This record gives sequence, structure tokens and C-alpha cells, in this order.
Amino acid sequence: MTREVWITGIGLLSSLGEGPDAHWAALSDPSFPDPILDTQTCAPCPVHPLAAIDYDRQIPKKGDQRQMEPWQRIGTYAAGLALADAAVAGMPELLAHTHMIVAAGGGERDVAVDLALVHDLATANDPAAALNARLMADLRPTLFLAQLSNLLAGSISIVHGVRGSSRTLMGEEAAGADAARIAHARIAAGQADLALIGGALNAVRQDLAMLYGGSGTALRGPWRPVWQRGENAGFAMGSQGGFVVLEEARHARARGARGLARLVAIGSDISRPGDTAPAEAIWAGMRAHRRPGTLGVISGATGAAPVTDDEHHFLASLAAEGPIAVRATGTRLGHGVEAAFPLNLALAALALGRGGFYPPFEPGEAPADAPVRQILVTGFAARRGQALALLESLDQTGAP
Amino acid sequence: MSETVVVTGMGVVTSLGQGRQANWAALMAGRCGIRRITRFPTDALRTAIAGTVDFLPQSGDTAPVLTEELARLAAEEALATAGLGTPGHFPGPLFLAVPPVEMDWRIRLSIGAGCDDPAHLGYDDLINATWRHSELTDPFLFGTIAQSLADRFGTTGSPVSLSTACASGATAIQLAVEAIQRGETDAALAIGSDGSITPEAVIRFSLLSALSTRNDTPESAARPFAKGREGFVMAEGAGALVLESLTAARARGATILGVISGCGEMADMFHRTRSSPDGHAIIGAMRNAIEAAGLTPDDIDYINAHGTGTPENDKMECLGVMSVFGDRATSLPISSNKSMVGHTLSAAGAIEAVFTIETILHGRLPATINHEPDPAIPLDVVPNTPRDATVRHAMSNSFGFGGQNVCLIISAAP
Repeated sequence: MTREVWITGIGLLSSLGEGPDAHWAALSDPSFPDPILDTQTCAPCPVHPLAAIDYDRQIPKKGDQRQMEPWQRIGTYAAGLALADAAVAGMPELLAHTHMIVAAGGGERDVAVDLALVHDLATANDPAAALNARLMADLRPTLFLAQLSNLLAGSISIVHGVRGSSRTLMGEEAAGADAARIAHARIAAGQADLALIGGALNAVRQDLAMLYGGSGTALRGPWRPVWQRGENAGFAMGSQGGFVVLEEARHARARGARGLARLVAIGSDISRPGDTAPAEAIWAGMRAHRRPGTLGVISGATGAAPVTDDEHHFLASLAAEGPIAVRATGTRLGHGVEAAFPLNLALAALALGRGGFYPPFEPGEAPADAPVRQILVTGFAARRGQALALLESLDQTGAP
Repeated sequence: MSETVVVTGMGVVTSLGQGRQANWAALMAGRCGIRRITRFPTDALRTAIAGTVDFLPQSGDTAPVLTEELARLAAEEALATAGLGTPGHFPGPLFLAVPPVEMDWRIRLSIGAGCDDPAHLGYDDLINATWRHSELTDPFLFGTIAQSLADRFGTTGSPVSLSTACASGATAIQLAVEAIQRGETDAALAIGSDGSITPEAVIRFSLLSALSTRNDTPESAARPFAKGREGFVMAEGAGALVLESLTAARARGATILGVISGCGEMADMFHRTRSSPDGHAIIGAMRNAIEAAGLTPDDIDYINAHGTGTPENDKMECLGVMSVFGDRATSLPISSNKSMVGHTLSAAGAIEAVFTIETILHGRLPATINHEPDPAIPLDVVPNTPRDATVRHAMSNSFGFGGQNVCLIISAAP
């Protein structure tokens, strides 16, 4: 049994603001505006900070806000936007069978405590023994839950009432792609009718700059568009919340929900840097769904090496099959790691729902020469994993 | 009708030892693996006990290194039992429950000790000191362990790492069962592993007042369902299960150890660490599991409890059992392996699924040791002594912070 899966709601939060209108307006600006960057806080790594957000609008209780670190607040807020966009928010009977898969990273460390302990203990005679007393005294008891990976999903349940099921995937970019893949598969196979998937990243975190700087994937020094980083490769983290409501088509029609796009196919696989075979195999499995005309590509290209070149090669082979128009959202929004793939799914659904597409985000990206009715979302993870999702507008019916 | 999913291989490591045989013997002997923590100083800690796995070369290493080794050992035993695939080529995906672990303090402190002026170190100095030192940071990327295991065992597709707090191990099984039921794959490898007993991890749980502080009597510190219980005891270990469709397992003549006949879940929206006072999400998860298995509460012969030994969990789990099983609740045996192995956190759901299948296979119920009756919990917790019983269908409960509730129905081989 394979059932049709629609996207019926999107939640977007980034340096460009919140919601579909702000993102559509900002991303439709053809003048290659400068990115919104913070080059100081996580120096030497530039990051894209979140726009000013009034969290009260989606997380009304201050007590709930206080019990979340910023990445949980970003995600809980974006999830609320998606549920509202799908007209699921505040509908207990729908929320009771909304199945949630969140892609989460690590909790945010209290960098002040980290530094204070390094200052005081690095030269201690017995740092291991002294560490305990300092951690007992200095760690905020509430911090643990505020940064625990599965407590983004837990907070979404508490704040928005999602309770069908709750799973949290981890593992950087692949977690976001696998969350969408598994939710799509569950709906297509009849294991669920309604799902909420997504992720969140607070980019303005020195502890993450240390993690990704060490692993060789973070950008250091001057910023350039993702396709132009050359020797100075790396991703600039972007604060993002990206959530998507997936729904079985008849379920959506029966409740009069508006569909934004059809999620035709999605695949993900393990990969090694320098190898595009996984993406080629995934594309081979969905190529039959491609229709004539220009294929939009919402690329999750990170700017890291060598995976950005890998994707470039993959897209060149895709272009040989027919016209494509590539937009790397990382140039405008930075890289959201776990949030990246869900955010890009949301941006693809936004364009298809509005019957348009985005102008180039940098001079190297070509304008679309025809209306875009299908979009391929790509995720070539900085360290591991490749994923593709094919979406199309709902006015496309029948087999290609 | 979706595929029936069976277990054809399993492996386990806990503080009681390595392997199914050693663990089952210890469980039947009522031995406890909880002891004083020796791998780091316990000065100033309120809780200085844990069910650490101390017998591996990786036992003193960082949490991800030990977590991976525990997972590897459990998976190798499971794969050897199953006899499926060839070494390095397992014909199905990996679902891995792992603890979300951040950088080890020893790394930060050694960077500080290695610089000229540690008292004025900034975070930018830490960023610069670790820049492109992937050997320091890569273990703390959450996808690292799964990729390493996927490479080693040759699992197919994208290896899935997951965390649903203390329900993680059960969620790994649930995701694997669903993938097989969808017909995506004939087999899957589900692992829950946790080797995260570090000073900061102990302190975080301690600051939530979640842990037992019976430091002087470690072996009787884990007291599920007992009067005077006052917290759980953190522990390490791993459980691994090879899951297959019944059709595929029969076709290759595999020995079927047990059946995952139903998975049930319901997220609680009440509180970050506490269940809704009416227990509706716990009750809902239990009922969903029984219904998914096509059974009724009367068909369940035994419950492998979540049974952490915290006042809150055991009270709410009791309420859930009383609600779902009604008059039978007080005579339906329910025991907690955590009385002997401690709470293995991300691994617990997988380890306890393995032990539930052992219970069915051996026809013998592991006891809840350290038991003193609590009048508020009128359940048959198989107190202190194991006993024989025929178990056709068992329920294994896993509940976690963040409103996570997963119940598995595990049945005897058909």
C-alpha cells in the first residue's frame, strides 16, 4: 500500500524572520543582499543569528520558556508555527494522532561555567576531584532538561499538545533527513495519517563552534556564498527552526486542510565524503517521477569540503538530464545541521504552494527559465549522509 | 495485515557481565551489579554508586568510546545467534539508541593545563586549540557511533541514532519493527547502548534529585517498588536484537527466540519529568501495545517493569497497571531487572527486551531484589526470589523524561 503524502503546514524561523511571508519576501529579493551575520560571538567562526522573536506568541507561558535553552525555544516555536499553518494547532483530536519525529543535536552548554571551571581547575593539583564540587555548585539543576536532546520533542508535547508519538533522532544532518523519510514512509504505508517533523539549531554557540571546528566542517574567517568558498571551505551555522506537517492526502481533504505540496519521494543513505554514489542511487529510485520542465533544486549545500564539490558534481549530472535551477539556502540562511533538511523541505513547499520559485541567491546560480512545478531538496551532509526529497505542486496530477 | 516481526538473535552486556549466559545466571542468582564508582573520584558527590561496566579495556575511556564498545559486543553476540548475513554484511538497517553525550571534561581541562595563562582563557581559545583536531571532537558528534557500527556490521541504508531518554532502547526496537512491518526490509538490527557514567552525567541526575544516595549499601540501593525507595541507580550496558519478518526467518530456517507482537506509544504532555497524575499516557501506551498485538489484558502473563526505584515512576507505573489490568493487577507478576543491573538509561529498553525473551525461553521470572512491601503498591513484584512460570505474552515497559512512554508486547515463538 502506498498512499499520497502532502505537506499541509510549515514552520519557519531563521535570521530572516519567522513564517512564510517573511521568508518568501526576503528570499524573493533578487539583489543578492548581504547575509545577516554575527562574526564576533563565535569568532573565528561567522554564524547567522536568529531574527528578534517574541516567543510569547507560540510559547505563552514564561515558565515553559524558562525551562528551555534557546535551541528548544526555537524548535518549539517553529513547531507551533507549522501546526498552526496546518490548522492542527489547538485541535486535540488531531494532536492525539499527530506523530512527531524531531531531529535534535546536543544540548547547549553553559559556557560561563565551562570557562570558570577551566580557569580554576586547569592548574589544580587534583582537577578530577575538584571538578565534582564545582559542578555540584555551579551547574543549574534545570539546565540538564533545558538542553537534553529529546526535550525539544517533550516541550512540543507540553506546549502544543502533540501526543500521538514522540521520537527524537540524532546524528547531525542525517537526523533531519531521516525524520522526514521515516514519517513519509509511515504515512505512505498506513502506519500514520498525520506527522510533525523538524529540527532546530541555535547557531550562536561557542561550544558548537568548538565541536564543528574540531571536526573540520565549520567555516573560519571571511564569509562567501556556499558555492564560492573554495579553499576556505566550511559551513556557517545558521540559527533555524524548520518544521513540516506531513499528512495523508485523503486525511487532509477530509478535514478541508490546504495542501502546499506533494512529497513524492524521499531517500537517504550513509555516505563518505568524495562519493556521490548514494545520492545517484537515491535519484535513480525517484527519477521516474520527474516531469518535463525545469526542476527546482533547494540545495542544502553546506560550503564544507569536499561534500559541496560532491553535490556540485551530482547536480551537474542531474542538469544533463534536463533543466534545473539550483538555490543553495545556506548562502542566505546558513547551515542548520539537524534543522537543515526539514527547513529546506519547508522552503520547497512554500514555493510550490505559492506557484513560484526563488531568484538566484548568488550570481553563480542561474535564473529558472520556466515555471518550477517540481523541486528536489538535497542534503549532502558535512560528515555523513546524503538525502534527496522530490516535491511537486498539487496541480500536477497523474503519472509524469 | 502487517508482517509479524520476530527476534532471531540477541546479545547483552551489563554490569553483571558480558553475554546472555552470564547475565541470566546472575539474574537468577539475584546478584546485583551496582557498586562504588571507582573510575573517577567521587569527592563531593551525593551519589557515589553506579552499575558501571568496569571489565572492558574501554571502561575508563570517554562515554562515546565505551558506548560504542558495549554496542559492538552486544551486537556481535546477537549476530552470532542469528546467523544472518555474512560478517560485515548485515541485510538490514541499524537503529541505535545512544546517550547524547557532550565533550569530556578531561579534554577541556587538558587544553587549559596546556596553555600559558589558563586563568584568562576564552572560549575562542578552546575553539582554536581544538581546530581541526577531529580526534578530540568527532566522538562527540552524535552520528559517529552509528556510522562506525554501520561500517563494521555492514548494515544497509542510513544508520539511525536516536534518543527518547529512558525509553530509547524500546524506541530503537519500535522503529525497527515498523520498518519491517512496512515491508522496507526483511531484517533490522536494534541496539540500545549506554556507557555514559561520567562525573557531569552523575551530577546532572543528582541535581534533579533522581538518584539513590545509599552509597554505603550499593547492592541494596536499587529498590524498585519497595517501601523507602528514593531514587534510581545509573548503570551502563547494551542490548542488541536481530529482528526479522516471520516469513524471512522461516524461509531460512532460523531459530525464532521470540516475537515482538505489539508496540504501543503515547506521549505525555503534562510535565518534563512527571507523568500526568491520572496516568493516561502510560495507560494509553500499555493499551495501544496490547491492541497492536491483537490481544487483551487477560492474555498478558508477565510484565517486565520500567521499575526505576524512584518514588514517582513506581507509583505511576503501579497506577497504570492497576488501571489496565483491573482485578488481575494484584496477581499478575511484574518485576524490575533494574533492581540488579541498575538503570541503564538509553540501553534499558533493549536490555530489558532481551531479558524478557530470556524469561519466556527459560520459563522463569527474574525477581525484584531488595524488596520490602509498600502498602501503596499492591502488586506481585516477584519479591526477592525468582520463580517458574509459563509466559506466553509479556509486556516490557519503558518510560522517559519528556513524556516518553513505550510498551512492547513480547511473545513466545509461534
